[in-house]
Amino acid sequence: MPSQLVEKYFRVENLPHIWCPGCGNGIVTRAIVKAIDNMNLNKDEVCIVSGIGCSSRASGYLDFNTLHTTHGRALAFATGIKLSKPELTVIVITGDGDAAAIGGNHLIHAARRNIDITTIVYNNHIYGMTGGQYSPTTPTGEKGTTAPYGNIDANFDLCDLVKGAGASFIARGTVYGAKLLEKQIENGIKNKGFSFIEALTICPTYYGRRNKKGSVVDMTTYLKDNAINISAWNKLPKEKKIGKFIVGEIYNNKRAEYTEEYDKIIKSL
Amino acid sequence: MPVGKEKSLTVIKEWCKGCGICVAFCPKSVLILKDGKVKIEDFDSCIQCGQCELRCPDFAIYLGGKR
Amino acid sequence: MKAKLMQGNEACVQGALKAGMRFFSGYPITPSTEIAELSAVELPKVGGKFIQMEDEIAGISAAIGAALTGVKSMTATSGPGFSLKQESIGYALMAEIPCVVVNVQRGGPSTGLPTAPAQGDIMQSRWGTHGDHSIIALYPSSVRETYDKTIRAFNLAEKFRTPVILLLDEVIGHMREKFFMDENEKIEIIDRIKPTCAPEEYKAYKVLDGEIVPQMPDFGEGYRYHVTGLVHDETGFPSGNEKIAEELVRRLINKIEDNVDDIVEFENYLLDDADILIVSFGASARSSKAAVDRLRNDGYKIGLFRPITIWPSPEKQLLELSKRVKKMIVVEMNAGQYFLEVDRIAHGNTKVEKYGRVNGELITVDEIVSFVKEGQNA
Repeated sequence: MPSQLVEKYFRVENLPHIWCPGCGNGIVTRAIVKAIDNMNLNKDEVCIVSGIGCSSRASGYLDFNTLHTTHGRALAFATGIKLSKPELTVIVITGDGDAAAIGGNHLIHAARRNIDITTIVYNNHIYGMTGGQYSPTTPTGEKGTTAPYGNIDANFDLCDLVKGAGASFIARGTVYGAKLLEKQIENGIKNKGFSFIEALTICPTYYGRRNKKGSVVDMTTYLKDNAINISAWNKLPKEKKIGKFIVGEIYNNKRAEYTEEYDKIIKSL
Repeated sequence: MPVGKEKSLTVIKEWCKGCGICVAFCPKSVLILKDGKVKIEDFDSCIQCGQCELRCPDFAIYLGGKR
Repeated sequence: MKAKLMQGNEACVQGALKAGMRFFSGYPITPSTEIAELSAVELPKVGGKFIQMEDEIAGISAAIGAALTGVKSMTATSGPGFSLKQESIGYALMAEIPCVVVNVQRGGPSTGLPTAPAQGDIMQSRWGTHGDHSIIALYPSSVRETYDKTIRAFNLAEKFRTPVILLLDEVIGHMREKFFMDENEKIEIIDRIKPTCAPEEYKAYKVLDGEIVPQMPDFGEGYRYHVTGLVHDETGFPSGNEKIAEELVRRLINKIEDNVDDIVEFENYLLDDADILIVSFGASARSSKAAVDRLRNDGYKIGLFRPITIWPSPEKQLLELSKRVKKMIVVEMNAGQYFLEVDRIAHGNTKVEKYGRVNGELITVDEIVSFVKEGQNA
């Protein structure tokens, strides 16, 4: 018998999920349903849209209106849903390759429109589903099956990317700080506009093993030890920032939301 | 059920993939890995913090359930 | 009966609105852009939504997303954009989501001839997306027919839960001609079938007895089902089972192939005594029809068969004709695409020839007449 939370929001008959032992995707997925539970949203009015990749399999396990789309296109499908039926709460689940490589164009334009969709990127820094190729967030120098001598690409800072594109709510959390992640997702859903939550997760099977990151626990501990909250970050001297990364609510600046603006046009005609 | 504990700890063995996260992050060493699965070794020490449930990627352990 | 001067692309939008379109998402591309422009003007007036997406793939993907909320949606494009849309056309086929995809064809390959007519996407409309499938593609040849066939495209999409392709020629899309509309004309509008069972009993991809496709609730109505482009069983969840895969792909093909008689439309022109048959569609059929008239005056027993539904092809009709004519000539603005289909169907029953061009110029009546008389490709 699963927990009440799992029983209520998961399609329990489809569990256990396909993710590898120690993969952080389950933790992020749980944080999403916990956020939904905290807000007491009606399951019938929540729509989860995902792309392709390990993380995008989450939609099949969740008991909402769920749409598992094509690679990179989740936000485009989600835009159609949200614009057509704005009363639905639309949440996009995607990965770093899905959102920032093949779906990069959709990501920046959804942010630019500030359409009321909450996007959660499960960032594991690798293409897991296809077996460990480098992604747009694989750090320079790290390895993937397609970067056998080390990745020479510079990696995206996804939060900076969507900030530049116009997202109105941006946060970064980790699977270590699952409680904080839950709150960030909740605040993202509450924001009337494009909300972006980067959830740093771990891929022990492909990323961890190839890059000698140690055990599942080591990888989780790394997230604990190197995450610095935005409030503390700004006060840190430069040398103390090396090897660290920002977590927390990075940006929150309400502006006109797309579907509301469209409805104004309809009313004016 | 030891006094002061409102909730039991439940393991869904079939869902546990033995990653060991819950074992490592339990502040009171309540859990161990045995034969590749989590096992509640010392429930008396459990302080009901819920770290195991929060961190389990497989929803295989949680506070609550049948006592 | 009121007459209006109307452009093909405009007739397409008017037909779509009549059919109940309440969502359009697309990307600007010549020569289809007027469809987006007019949708942008008209949709908000009726409470519908228009959005210009960031690219062609997003254009169709958003239309599919909207369709899941219960609205009728459309996207429109041309050549290069049609190539890009193939990914999501496959998704709509697999997940059985009704939508209409308009392709106002232009010269290709690649960016080709953006403002010139061509009929080079015949095979792409049939086989553009990967994997085994069947598809419905309609091909009007006048402005009024564009209006009617756009409505029909929506009706077929709803009835068979499938994307329907509407192929227009650049010259049909941009041509202005008289459009007669009887205000009292009865027009059939078909809507998707929705579940009548309780949500707990609903199986998203189960076809009930006596029905052609699974029932389709709107997202947000309480049925909370799963939609995927992966092979799925009748619950809608992914499956790698070979039996389920075989059954699903066969079902998706057969729901169209088994209903060809319902789907196929065509025009017969002077066929009764014909021993030469021209097969042509769209703008080429207009030249062909005029050529038939001229050749009749010169004593030729010639007729025109014009498929209006080009996919699935009017196989039964073409086979029958192939048994009684001496020659079939497929006239099309390409290097011989539908010719392959006609030749396959004729199966050696009669001689099948092709007359085509790929230079962005319309096929003229004179050319067809001299080809029939002299048997020479110009």
